[in-house]
Amino acid sequence: MGTLLSVKNLRTQFYSAGRTVKALDGVSFDIEEGSAFGLVGETGCGKSVTALSILRLIPYPPGKIVEGEIRFSGRNLLDLSEEEMRSVRGKEISMIFQEPMTSLNPVFRIGDQIIEVITLHQKLDRSQAFEKTIEMLERVHIPEARRVAKQFPHQLSGGMRQRVMIAMELSCHPHLLIADEPTTALDVTIQAQILRLIKEMRREFHTSILLITHDLGVIAELCDWVAVMYAGSIVEQASVEEIFENPRHPYTQGLWGAIPLMDREKDTLAVIPGTVPDLSQPPEGCKFNPRCAYRFDPCDRAIPPLFQPSPEHLVSCYLYGGGKNHE
Amino acid sequence: MNETKALKTSQTAEVWRRLKRNRAAILGGVIVLLFVLIAILAPYISPYPPNEGDLMKRLKPPSKEHLLGTDPLGRDLLSRVIYGARISLQIQVVAVSIAMVIGTVLGMVGGYFGGKFDHLIMRLMDILLAFPGIFLAISIIAVLGSGLTNLMLAAGIYSIPQFARIVRGSVISLKEKEFIEAARAVGENDFNILFRYLLPNSMAPIIVQTTLRMATVLLTASGLSFLGLGVQPPTAEWGAMLSNARAYLITAPHVATVPGLAIMLVVMGFNLFGDGLRDSLDPRLKD
Repeated sequence: MGTLLSVKNLRTQFYSAGRTVKALDGVSFDIEEGSAFGLVGETGCGKSVTALSILRLIPYPPGKIVEGEIRFSGRNLLDLSEEEMRSVRGKEISMIFQEPMTSLNPVFRIGDQIIEVITLHQKLDRSQAFEKTIEMLERVHIPEARRVAKQFPHQLSGGMRQRVMIAMELSCHPHLLIADEPTTALDVTIQAQILRLIKEMRREFHTSILLITHDLGVIAELCDWVAVMYAGSIVEQASVEEIFENPRHPYTQGLWGAIPLMDREKDTLAVIPGTVPDLSQPPEGCKFNPRCAYRFDPCDRAIPPLFQPSPEHLVSCYLYGGGKNHE
Repeated sequence: MNETKALKTSQTAEVWRRLKRNRAAILGGVIVLLFVLIAILAPYISPYPPNEGDLMKRLKPPSKEHLLGTDPLGRDLLSRVIYGARISLQIQVVAVSIAMVIGTVLGMVGGYFGGKFDHLIMRLMDILLAFPGIFLAISIIAVLGSGLTNLMLAAGIYSIPQFARIVRGSVISLKEKEFIEAARAVGENDFNILFRYLLPNSMAPIIVQTTLRMATVLLTASGLSFLGLGVQPPTAEWGAMLSNARAYLITAPHVATVPGLAIMLVVMGFNLFGDGLRDSLDPRLKD
């Protein structure tokens, strides 16, 4: 199993009204073939920007990828022309969005939209594309696929629309599926169905997954490897077992501590004090340091490098090297 | 899992249902339909040729022979009104088509690409809009000369800015929507996004504007012909007929009333229908 996607030192910035917002400040991670990689963090930490940067969908103006490398299938995606990129999107890397309500074109039938994607990337004639469409709709367990193919998006429920999106995005058998909060806008029962579907599709199509979410339960359900993002940087990366049993970064520990558990007796929720920094004026050094209970000398001087306190575990925190050890 | 049951009826059925409940719109629709039918069937339903006059029978009031009377040159008014509908419809269709096609393309390009394109196009539209109403059409006629073709051109050009503005507005608000981002994520190029995603979703305001513009163009064309700047005699056009009737307002008022009423009714019809369409296509009026 090799490395499918390798992101190195990705920096994406947004310019507005004289300020430069550093949305991504040196993000690096690798996704292995056949694995499911989770990117977790609170709203505004840069998870969606990472996904959009990989597909080069950051609108300019106001945003721009200013540095970094995104190696995929032996090429640096940042070097490709727009036309070459268009043949990557939907065919080699696909993305499903958070709001299935609004991801489909309201004026075309479901079937026609999937046919459109298929004919965009594959040399099939219309009737072949239609058969493939029905096949995909059936594989995502949409009943009466031929009838549904003739319907318009507003005639389907949210869960159905998300299934249609998944069918559409997988129709060209991409190597990587990016799922940006795929279940956030859905009811809890439907969430479970969609997650099961994604797992099944991953097995059947051998597609790797980059799952973006703020929901730790979804991460636990689906992912092999997890990266925690804060204010535009990855602060911790580990296998899913490691990260749940042994969260090391103070931010991650804070996140885990904030999950309300049914068997706890507390009235108030644990909260990480302070607020997320303004990304146009980030703090010096480790971006979490103003809120960190364990802050000490080196923390506000330079961003901590990645330390490896145990196999399958990387942390960007001076507690694990380069300073006093708090263990 | 019965999620496939349609949650709502199709959107067209909804729009049609709302439209049917609007009495004024139905009235407008009927008038427009009659107008179009009369225009198309003119050669078959007209009792007399529109341009042949019997000078022995000038200015006769309505009678069994001439249901609406005759004009100063002895021509049957009913026939002239019928053929006038034909001319008017022709002018409206050509002018509004010109405006719709050019205006829509300009609006789409400006709204989607923004930047210098957009500024240039909008400034051009501002120039056109700076002329008070009919003066723009008059200026164009002054440059091109009078006649039916130039009338259609002038009325068309005069209507371009309205289309450009609404389409641009629609495109600007739509291009931020998620289904456009999803379309890009799937590898669609700009041309497809413009014509398969943005344009079809902007049809509602375009349809409404088209209907309302038909009314404006009719008024403008009639006005220009009334001033002698549009169609040339002996063409039976309602505005021109009004102009000829001026001298006989006291002695034979029917010569003016007939074309005047025709213009009024048809303009009202298009306006009522257009308003009704707008109300029923507007998603904010959910019942």
